[in-house]
Amino acid sequence: MVGKPLVSIVSAGLSKFGRLDGMYCREIFAEAVKEAFEKCPNLDPVKDIEALFVGHMGEAYEHQGHTGPTLADWAGMLPKPAVRIESACASSGIALRTGILAILSGLHKIVIVGGVEKMTHRTTAEVTEFLAMASDLPFEQWHGITFPGLYALMATAHMHEYGTTEEQMAQVAVKNHHNGTLNPKAHMQKEITVEKAMASKVVAWPLKLYDCSLITDGASCLILTHPDLAKKFTDSPVHIIGSGQASDTIGLYEREKLTTLRAARLAGQEAYKMAGLEPKDLDVAEIHDCFTIAEIIAYEDLGLCSSGKGGSLVEEGTTELGGNIPINPSGGLKSKGHPVGATGTAQAYEIYLQLTEQAEERQVKGAEIGLSHNVGGSGATAGVHIYRRE
Amino acid sequence: MSEKPPPFTVSSFYKFVSEKKLMAAKCDKCGTILLPPKPMCTKCLSTNLEWIELEGVGKLLSYTIIYVAPVQFQSLAPYIVGIVELKSGLRLPGMIRGVEQEEIRVGMDLKIDFDTSVSSQWPAWPRYFFRPL
Repeated sequence: MVGKPLVSIVSAGLSKFGRLDGMYCREIFAEAVKEAFEKCPNLDPVKDIEALFVGHMGEAYEHQGHTGPTLADWAGMLPKPAVRIESACASSGIALRTGILAILSGLHKIVIVGGVEKMTHRTTAEVTEFLAMASDLPFEQWHGITFPGLYALMATAHMHEYGTTEEQMAQVAVKNHHNGTLNPKAHMQKEITVEKAMASKVVAWPLKLYDCSLITDGASCLILTHPDLAKKFTDSPVHIIGSGQASDTIGLYEREKLTTLRAARLAGQEAYKMAGLEPKDLDVAEIHDCFTIAEIIAYEDLGLCSSGKGGSLVEEGTTELGGNIPINPSGGLKSKGHPVGATGTAQAYEIYLQLTEQAEERQVKGAEIGLSHNVGGSGATAGVHIYRRE
Repeated sequence: MSEKPPPFTVSSFYKFVSEKKLMAAKCDKCGTILLPPKPMCTKCLSTNLEWIELEGVGKLLSYTIIYVAPVQFQSLAPYIVGIVELKSGLRLPGMIRGVEQEEIRVGMDLKIDFDTSVSSQWPAWPRYFFRPL
């Protein structure tokens, strides 16, 4: 039996993703919130919204901490309670879960969950260093291991154990870049080829430039309500029917296997169980392709294929638009962009569009059930959510 | 009565590295070896721990060559880092020196070595690294 709604999404907003010169987190977040308010005329934000939960990874980028109330202020939401959630690249996926917990607790009935990051004003070396803060200081950062480096270690292990190829990883990039060309808000609007991806400069072998997600500015948000209130605000709410979260060691090296993310597997299992669904029931999913190998591993962790078969899944076209289970129709982190704190609720935004038939050229026809999969760091945090249309 | 052991902290681990020793914490109750050392056994939650010295020899489990490096490592790039599975089955990541990029392969035998020089900058730890056996 399909699980009952935990909460409902009645509106959503997404800023343009890309290089937003001269804007900082507060202004970018306000742009996302503005869209969510405008799309929901029956909502009186000042009267109806009770609290904000916002994902934001790094103070270092803007030398600005304490982002909860700052973002609430710029979105016109003072003096409502506002909390910044930090779970590395899963910050807003976990902010979403926190918003669900707040509604399920009975304390709040209508909340905003969202996320934001401003990254492009920093050099690549600085961004590399800031992102590495989400890995283990004494045994990873201290020895020069970067974030691409951690996923490269997973890729080397996956290639060695299962025969996954660099071409298969490039195919993930080609697919997601194609999807990005259909998304006007995506950072990159550019088709690429396997040859071009394979020839791009090495970042952390075997990962090359086109295996890596983008350094992007952007913000995203959702308006969540108690399911009983949803119809007051929209005729077509999207219900969240499963939510899973798990943790693992911060150091990749301490994990039993390098070819799977245990936290993502556990979060997925929890979400499927709560939703009363299986992987074969999904119509569309947004998954955390921070690197191409991460998408291949996520196919396996979410049960879309067995361990070691992720490379074949993309090769066979199963996960492209028009395939059996389209993955990352938005373009994913790879092409839509990865403003780290904004990513989790940006994934939910895309699923909201897909399940309300608003995804235009990239619409997955008749999509009824969707999933989002958001990973923090090299897998120390994972959050998985399952959605169904009204 | 023996002296009280150093606390089971990362700082103690690196103090041992400065003495060219690879040390881990062993749980007296369930026998789990903790690398990195932690103040409580993550298997049985016991705090009855002792320091043991590990043999710093193992096989390369996975590796990468870092081309885009963080600010403080830029002068070293490209450099090889990997995860080594020690004979005890425990794993440790680190830089791999003394191997040409073309020669690096999963499964190769490596041993630990120590660079005991310390910078004045926090956290002022020395570094270990791996080299071919």
